[in-house]
Amino acid sequence: MTNVLKVENVTMQFGGVVAVDNMNLEVNKGEIVSLIGPNGAGKTTAFNVITGVYAPTNGAVYFNGTKIIENHPQGKMKKLYKGENNGKYSSVLAPTPDKITKMGIARTFQNIRLFKSQTVFENILIAKHLRRTSNLFTATFHLNGKEEAEMRKQTEDLLRILGLEDVKDEMATSLPYGKQRRLEIARAMATEPTLLLLDEPAAGMNPQETEELTAFIGRIRDEFGMTIFMIEHHMDLVMEISDRIYVLDFGKPIAAGTPEEVQNNPRVIEAYLGGAVDE
Amino acid sequence: MEWFSKNLPYLLAGVSVGGQYALIAIGYTMVYGILRLINFAHGDIFMVAGLMMVYLSASVPVYIAIPIVLVATVILGFLVERAAYKPLRQAPRMSIMISAIGVSYLLQNLALYITGGLSQQYPPIPWISDVVNVFGASTKRVTVITPFLTIILVIVLVALIKYTKIGMAMRAASKDFETSQLMGIKINSVISMTFIIGSFLAAVGSLLFFTNYTGVTPTVGAMPGLKAFVAAVFGGIGSIPGAVIGAFIIGICENIIKGMGWTTFSDAFTFALLIVILIFKPTGLFGEKATDKV
Amino acid sequence: MTKKKETIINVSLIVALLVVLYVMEHTIPSTAMIFTVLKKGAIYALVAVSMNLLNGFTGLFSLGQAGFMLLGAYTYGILTIPAEQREFVYMYYDGGIIHFSVPVVVALVAAGIVAAAFAYLIGLPVLRLKSDYLAIATLGFAEIIRAIFQWDKLGPVTNGSNLLKSYPTFKSVLFPFIVSGICIAVIVMLINSTYGRAFKAIRDDEVAAEAMGINLAHHKRIAFVVSSFFAGISGALLAMYQTTIQASMFKSAMTYEILLIVVIGGIGSVTGSCLSSFLFIILSEWLLRFLDSDMYIGDFHVPLLRAGFRKVVFSVIIMIIVLFFRKGIMGTKEFSVRGIYNFFTRKKKAAKGGDSND
Repeated sequence: MTNVLKVENVTMQFGGVVAVDNMNLEVNKGEIVSLIGPNGAGKTTAFNVITGVYAPTNGAVYFNGTKIIENHPQGKMKKLYKGENNGKYSSVLAPTPDKITKMGIARTFQNIRLFKSQTVFENILIAKHLRRTSNLFTATFHLNGKEEAEMRKQTEDLLRILGLEDVKDEMATSLPYGKQRRLEIARAMATEPTLLLLDEPAAGMNPQETEELTAFIGRIRDEFGMTIFMIEHHMDLVMEISDRIYVLDFGKPIAAGTPEEVQNNPRVIEAYLGGAVDE
Repeated sequence: MEWFSKNLPYLLAGVSVGGQYALIAIGYTMVYGILRLINFAHGDIFMVAGLMMVYLSASVPVYIAIPIVLVATVILGFLVERAAYKPLRQAPRMSIMISAIGVSYLLQNLALYITGGLSQQYPPIPWISDVVNVFGASTKRVTVITPFLTIILVIVLVALIKYTKIGMAMRAASKDFETSQLMGIKINSVISMTFIIGSFLAAVGSLLFFTNYTGVTPTVGAMPGLKAFVAAVFGGIGSIPGAVIGAFIIGICENIIKGMGWTTFSDAFTFALLIVILIFKPTGLFGEKATDKV
Repeated sequence: MTKKKETIINVSLIVALLVVLYVMEHTIPSTAMIFTVLKKGAIYALVAVSMNLLNGFTGLFSLGQAGFMLLGAYTYGILTIPAEQREFVYMYYDGGIIHFSVPVVVALVAAGIVAAAFAYLIGLPVLRLKSDYLAIATLGFAEIIRAIFQWDKLGPVTNGSNLLKSYPTFKSVLFPFIVSGICIAVIVMLINSTYGRAFKAIRDDEVAAEAMGINLAHHKRIAFVVSSFFAGISGALLAMYQTTIQASMFKSAMTYEILLIVVIGGIGSVTGSCLSSFLFIILSEWLLRFLDSDMYIGDFHVPLLRAGFRKVVFSVIIMIIVLFFRKGIMGTKEFSVRGIYNFFTRKKKAAKGGDSND
């Protein structure tokens, strides 16, 4: 079993609107996989389903071969459901986002969500909370000194490796934009995931920052051994580092393959150019 | 039938109180609809309207005092918004709520200072204070008038919101605050108008309420205020008919509970109801669902 | 400055404070206003810090504090009234149904536990609610609790709407200082622990906190229960201070007052809450007292001054703070030995001012 993530027949419907339509995709260990598509294609919704923010309307998600999410149309949705594979799933498995993170899937957000009243160091230290072994009592009365020291050391190490050491005592929100993005990735990495979901990591970056980020993402995979699944609009970045690409349009994957395959796929060209003409 | 005749006074009182709560609840629901603020000071504005009537009626005839009270209450509501809420438009929601609590504290303490903490006797208002007979139960005429007056005012208000320009602006602002600003709606005048309408109705409510419960104390507004808010939540916050229906239900239930000899719990009932609604149907009877975007 | 040195200075400051209080008590007549201020200030400091833990550090806007204080006060009173006094206190209920009493310390802890237990149950449904709905629901619960405690059917336990009295109280100002001090120290330790960091993360951004693996329901519940535990203890202390209690004392106005203390001190600052508690009590009980009585300067009768004016001035001050000094006295900063030390030595860290959170 090499796939880390497997999304199976996932449909996400809000009222009558189908945001993700019978999505199937796989991400293998050690890969960098990109999810691209026009605005409103349902990319972030797909991420929100995988990370437990929304329970899907129908379908299942597997992580390292284990089923972690499953749902089928219920209540009002029974009537409203427009997707496929109705009736294929019968149980309900809807962990909250924190449980998903604990399992080893971490994410970043499209609009940066740092802890704004805290320093760079503290932002990362918080991510260490979920790996604690101390309980409320031992933590309050500082009987977990060893663990606390270990948390701080790991945070220091991560900051050093990722080149954020010199800004560690600054407020997170006072950092330049590019560094805030990098900090958010670092914070996600600090939860010790095996799979990292990046939601538009290069959004709002200038070409130089994008180039740095490209190298940075490569390092995460090579040095930390994490698998990466990302949403991105910067095609230079996507084509340069992706092993495989999924293209989403109107909530449905319309193409998948290596960067070359995708670039030459007529349906992709139509989706993108068609979209451009409509605008 | 026996149950009916025994409980008729409570039922009547309930309908009447319900109407008074409804008039206050509209102020809450409209303000919340637009600003997403629980205006904790609204109940105190209701109390101040009562006090003004007490002091004015000592020097001028009632028919002059009433219009002055209505106008003064409206001005007070307008000023409270301008002074305490407008400067905090961009601040976190918690700050505005704290400011509302601060205004409530200020109004109560001002009232305490002026009255010396003594309960003030509300003046009888001719005609509506008269005692009448309804199905064998004697009650003040105000009890009978209240529900009708409430319904008339609500119909006028709903028409105002539906058919006038300012009403349309209000609806737009409560749908989407930022976008309506971009569309050229003068948001500050919309908000002021909301407070003006809310305060006016609260003043009318106070006229009716204190004709029945004649003691005006500095904290007298707090409970009806909170109950009216609960009514607004019950009906679905932002919805005017919802608030009115919620208010009548709460008013009636509360008085029936009193009739059953559980007076201690008549206030607690309202809050229990609130919590049950918030848990099972947080959008209330007629509210719209809002979701947070990730 | 090393950590060890800092601890030594802190401990010696605390000891010095207690010695000063002890000396004061033996030199100044016990009726002096200063003792009222110190006793009440210490109690309010505890409840303000407990509220700050919730509103300031976890971002949960709760208005149930008075209800939890009531639970603490009643638990303390009910458990400690001496058996021989019960016949007299519960005169309308045949001496009540409880015929034992427990030591003061046990009752104080019980006061906290009862408040915490109620908080746990109340928290199950209401902690799912967002900001203002949570505020109104907790306010509602406080009112329900008050109604239940006044209910005459429960009179054999609660004495209905009658006073509870004759329970042990404290004379020395050291007692509330030590109890509050210990409690506040525990809260500070919690805030500085990994759980405290999780609370602050929830306050800053719930969605991001959850994505960092922080279980929202679990952590909110912890903050709510711990905060209520200490509110319960402060309620018990207040009962001791006042020597009698009645459910009608614990109205929502009390919660508002505590909230305003927290705001004045700075939402998110423990030392701010402590400072502003004492300031609040000093002003309201002592320095502004003159506003409540007639005053003549020569033959001139100063206008406005009469009963109630103090509270008006007070509310105006509060409104000014709320509107123009929204950060309060301390903002989210803390007042600490290290902060002062850094300030004077102008070390590298001086730029951070009095922040002691690291």
